[in-house]
Amino acid sequence: MGRLEMGVAADRCLALWFPNWSVTAWALADGEDPSQLAAVVAANRVLACSAAAAEQGVAVGQRRREAQSTCPQLKVLAADDARDAREFEAVLACVEQLSPGVQLIRPGLCVVRSQGLASYLGAEELAAETLLESVVVELGIDSGRAGVADGVFTAVQAAHQADPVRVVEPTGGAKFLAPLPVSRLGDPNLSELLPRLGVRTLGDFAAMDAARVRERFGAQGVRLHTLAGGQDSRQVTPRQPPAELIAEIDFEPPLTLVDQVAFASRAVVAKFIDHLTGAGLVCTEVRLELTGERDEFSARTWLTPSVFDAAAITDRIRWQLQAAAGNQILSGIISLRLEPVSVDELANHAPGLFGLGPDERVHHAMSRVQAMLGHASVLTPQIGGGRWLAERQLLVPWGERLTTKMPANQPWPGRIPDPQPATVFPEPLAVQLVAADGVQIRVDERGALSGVPVAFSAGSQHGRLIGWAGPWPVSERAWDAQRQRGAHRFQVVDEFGVAWLLLLNGRGWWAEARYD
Amino acid sequence: MKAALKLPETETAVTELLVRLRAQVAKAEARIRQRPFAVHPSLLPVLGESGLKPGAAYVLETSGSLLHALLAEPSQEGHWCGVVGLPTFAAEAAQLAGVRLDRLVLVPEPAEQWLAATAALAEVVPVLAVRPFGRVRESDAARLMSRLRDRGSVLLVVGDWPRAEARFTLTEPRWHGLGNGHGRLAGRELQVGVISRRYPAGRSARLVLPSSNGRIAAVESAAPQLRVAG
Repeated sequence: MGRLEMGVAADRCLALWFPNWSVTAWALADGEDPSQLAAVVAANRVLACSAAAAEQGVAVGQRRREAQSTCPQLKVLAADDARDAREFEAVLACVEQLSPGVQLIRPGLCVVRSQGLASYLGAEELAAETLLESVVVELGIDSGRAGVADGVFTAVQAAHQADPVRVVEPTGGAKFLAPLPVSRLGDPNLSELLPRLGVRTLGDFAAMDAARVRERFGAQGVRLHTLAGGQDSRQVTPRQPPAELIAEIDFEPPLTLVDQVAFASRAVVAKFIDHLTGAGLVCTEVRLELTGERDEFSARTWLTPSVFDAAAITDRIRWQLQAAAGNQILSGIISLRLEPVSVDELANHAPGLFGLGPDERVHHAMSRVQAMLGHASVLTPQIGGGRWLAERQLLVPWGERLTTKMPANQPWPGRIPDPQPATVFPEPLAVQLVAADGVQIRVDERGALSGVPVAFSAGSQHGRLIGWAGPWPVSERAWDAQRQRGAHRFQVVDEFGVAWLLLLNGRGWWAEARYD
Repeated sequence: MKAALKLPETETAVTELLVRLRAQVAKAEARIRQRPFAVHPSLLPVLGESGLKPGAAYVLETSGSLLHALLAEPSQEGHWCGVVGLPTFAAEAAQLAGVRLDRLVLVPEPAEQWLAATAALAEVVPVLAVRPFGRVRESDAARLMSRLRDRGSVLLVVGDWPRAEARFTLTEPRWHGLGNGHGRLAGRELQVGVISRRYPAGRSARLVLPSSNGRIAAVESAAPQLRVAG
């Protein structure tokens, strides 16, 4: 009680530490028993192990082989940062119910200001015990420890020493920290160097002259030096709970027409945008999930080069429905869910003082054409890799990100030499190339022609040839019987002066492109 | 400018001032709006003008290299280009000809809605290439042209167009580099002709389109010609 009246409780911090959180997170996520022999391993070193495994001699930092030989029944788990963070959210939420303003340091470790809860309950020990107890009761996690001290660093160290609660007196930080080893600073360079200089404990380090520390270790050294002296200036920065930005709507009765869904979802889309705007955000990537009456499901993430407004999202809903109707979704739509995948600060996207920027205007016009003709009707071209002409030009719907496995800046043997044909047929045209006797030209295995090509016909066009060259073999994935593709390419010029790029494959003669 | 700001005393002076100011505004507008889109220097003598006029339509017979060459210069200057109704447009050849792909947008198959799509794009895209779907009605063309004039865009039509500013023709093509069973296409020499309102008799020149680097060029020297095979 007296502690609070002394007026030093302003930056009293309460650290909650859950040792070996990775193992606990795995147990929670997979519904396993955390008391079995298990260890999380990253880069062949033990990152965390269960209490049972620790009893058998497994230690954090041990090599995997060593750990397995010490404890043959050990269950080795892969590290998963996302899982650790996800499972810790529940702990944060539980702590936040009792004391708002939790700061997450890393999954497994968080800090709150102890002042509020301690003054309510009357003692810091009680506050720490209450928090630990609520985690045990609500989530069944009993590995937690709590430390209360001045400053974040000291509080975390207190939690490490706790069983299960350790309170360091105000201004007693330096005394508490003094006997601890310098490795507790968490700086790999210093924890190696200082013991070699004969400085083994935080007390020894704190006793060094600050000016000497600055000379030798720079600004980072000075910061750690003040920490070692129990003078942590860091404040608890409260975590902002994420605003509920996801919007959902259920349709009752189920809707069967695309326009019905688009119309019915207008209000929820407007609300979705309003919530984002209210939070000072704009959405640049949105995930739409549609559920059908027979449990069919269609989900897609939509991107935009600028920001989504209500009309743009309604368009995306319509396009996704049109694409999904008939294959993914066969019945009426019962629900729609909108989730912002990436958001940005509203301020970065505010229109300029003198109207919209030039590219913004371009985007609006393109979006209008997309709304008119469909998402995939407005395309931006890019040149990718590959040996076939139609494959090399990648057409990306306006606003989408390009994803290709075949970069253009690698050598593609079999690529056509410049100049490139100015007309490329999206689907090759069937053509005929014949010798003087009217027989179709063939190419044998050795690349020899069955005759001299003299005439050529494409559809209704017939013409004599005034020049030709070939065959130029193109072979793709010759090692893979299923996916291999091979052909012979020819360049020909007909009597009208039109040059063609022809292709002979197993299915006959084709015109791949025209030079015009 | 100082003099213009002084308040005039008599009514005739007011009218005079108005006339002078209007002339100034018209001159400034003409400078901004009527600056033609650049064309390649080798096409200038054929065209007989300093470039493609904003608000005008030019007719091309084919969608090939000539279209790429006409798009290239405005594209290099940073203008957006749009290509409507041409699914066979070869982006790689266009890039080689000098068209900036990051300022190019394609609407390959607008079908009946080609006019609406072109009109929507004309709002922001100053250089538009379009192949009309079916016959073009005079009234549709007039409506689109007034939009283009308003925005200062230029239209390159593949096919036919009523009241075009000029028509490009390509004749007597001769390919270089390809023999009978040997060689490879290295370039094409042809006669580029333009029949325009200003030059109804037509002007023409012999040019290389495309040359071996994919661009348009003037004819340099006589190269061996192709002979008829067989």
